[in-house]
Amino acid sequence: MAKIVGGICTTHVPYIGRAIAKNLQQDPYWKPFFDGFPPIHAWLDQVKPDVAVVVYNDHGLNFFLDKMPTFSIGAAPEYHHADEGWGIPTTGSFMGDQDLSWHMIDSLIEDEFDLTTCQEMLVDHAFTIPIDLLLPNRQAGSIRTVPVCQNTVQFPLPSAKRCLAFGRAIRKAIESWDSDARVVVLGTGGLSHQLDGERAGFINKKFDLEFMDKLVSEPDWVSQYSIPDIVELTGTQGVELLNWVTCRGVLGDKVKIVHSNYHIPISNTAAGTLAMESI
Amino acid sequence: MASKTKRVIPGTTIFDGDMARKGYALNKMCYSFNSEENRQEFLADPAAYCDKFALNDEQKKAVLSLQVLDMLAAGGNAYFIAKLGGIYKLDMQDVGAQQTGVTKEEFMAKLVEAGRN
Repeated sequence: MAKIVGGICTTHVPYIGRAIAKNLQQDPYWKPFFDGFPPIHAWLDQVKPDVAVVVYNDHGLNFFLDKMPTFSIGAAPEYHHADEGWGIPTTGSFMGDQDLSWHMIDSLIEDEFDLTTCQEMLVDHAFTIPIDLLLPNRQAGSIRTVPVCQNTVQFPLPSAKRCLAFGRAIRKAIESWDSDARVVVLGTGGLSHQLDGERAGFINKKFDLEFMDKLVSEPDWVSQYSIPDIVELTGTQGVELLNWVTCRGVLGDKVKIVHSNYHIPISNTAAGTLAMESI
Repeated sequence: MASKTKRVIPGTTIFDGDMARKGYALNKMCYSFNSEENRQEFLADPAAYCDKFALNDEQKKAVLSLQVLDMLAAGGNAYFIAKLGGIYKLDMQDVGAQQTGVTKEEFMAKLVEAGRN
């Protein structure tokens, strides 16, 4: 059966794509953020994942507001990035893993997660940037991927409790896949930030750090908060932490930290990174 | 229709069904800016491009004056408005400064300060 090697949660600010393209990793503004990655690169070299299941949210590339699935999954042979309108570089394509995609679809729908299946799917910066951060220099082209997209754009959003349960169902799906593949799970976005309104620029370091701590030791802790609570505590886009919650659900009851990093600001965002291994 | 009590978070609009209905034309226009050809068509005649997507007067006025808070009030979603901002090379610190009534330098300093607390 397939093995889940661990999970990595990290921010996906669009401008990171530009910083990667311009090799600004050692630039004083970017260094405190990029310095969070070499220990995770070393860990990835050891655990050698074959497939990445990427939990993220689309920002108006694949999904417009005409059709907005709460949970959707890619089932394509490959995935392409495209022009997102705000001037970030377009990356190369990513391999899919249709066997895992369809196994997850079968298992998740049997478990009553009735997600939308996508045999063609554009992937935006929330998918491409974390993979390029974790597998630099286009090693990203060598790992197979399954995109899992959660709606964090148009409310109502799925609750933290639901996302955690979704993650646990994804774990069950991956662990029942008849394959010797090694699977890493990514959860992208957050942490606290707000782009819109008079409260633009809102950041909540205290809550972010508590969230990161509890995500490791007590993942159900976040379920006490409603979606409006999370917006109030982390900002209108901080609510992307739901992708971290789903990722954590995939990792099972107990995890240990591989590496963590937290830096303010990258663009308007508190940039968190947290790599975990199941124990 | 069942009455709804909405959570009030100061300075914050939850982009819910009411906003999604109100802002549909505006957001649909901004979604079209994923194409360079459409961005150029907009720049050639912004008012005509707004009319093509049937923006109402409130939305059109907000777009032509580039007032982000007015676009939000007219049902605009932050991610889609950002695609319009991209046409004018406005980054998220420009947009944040405009919405909070400070200079870009002041807005950026506030972000750095948030990391110290």
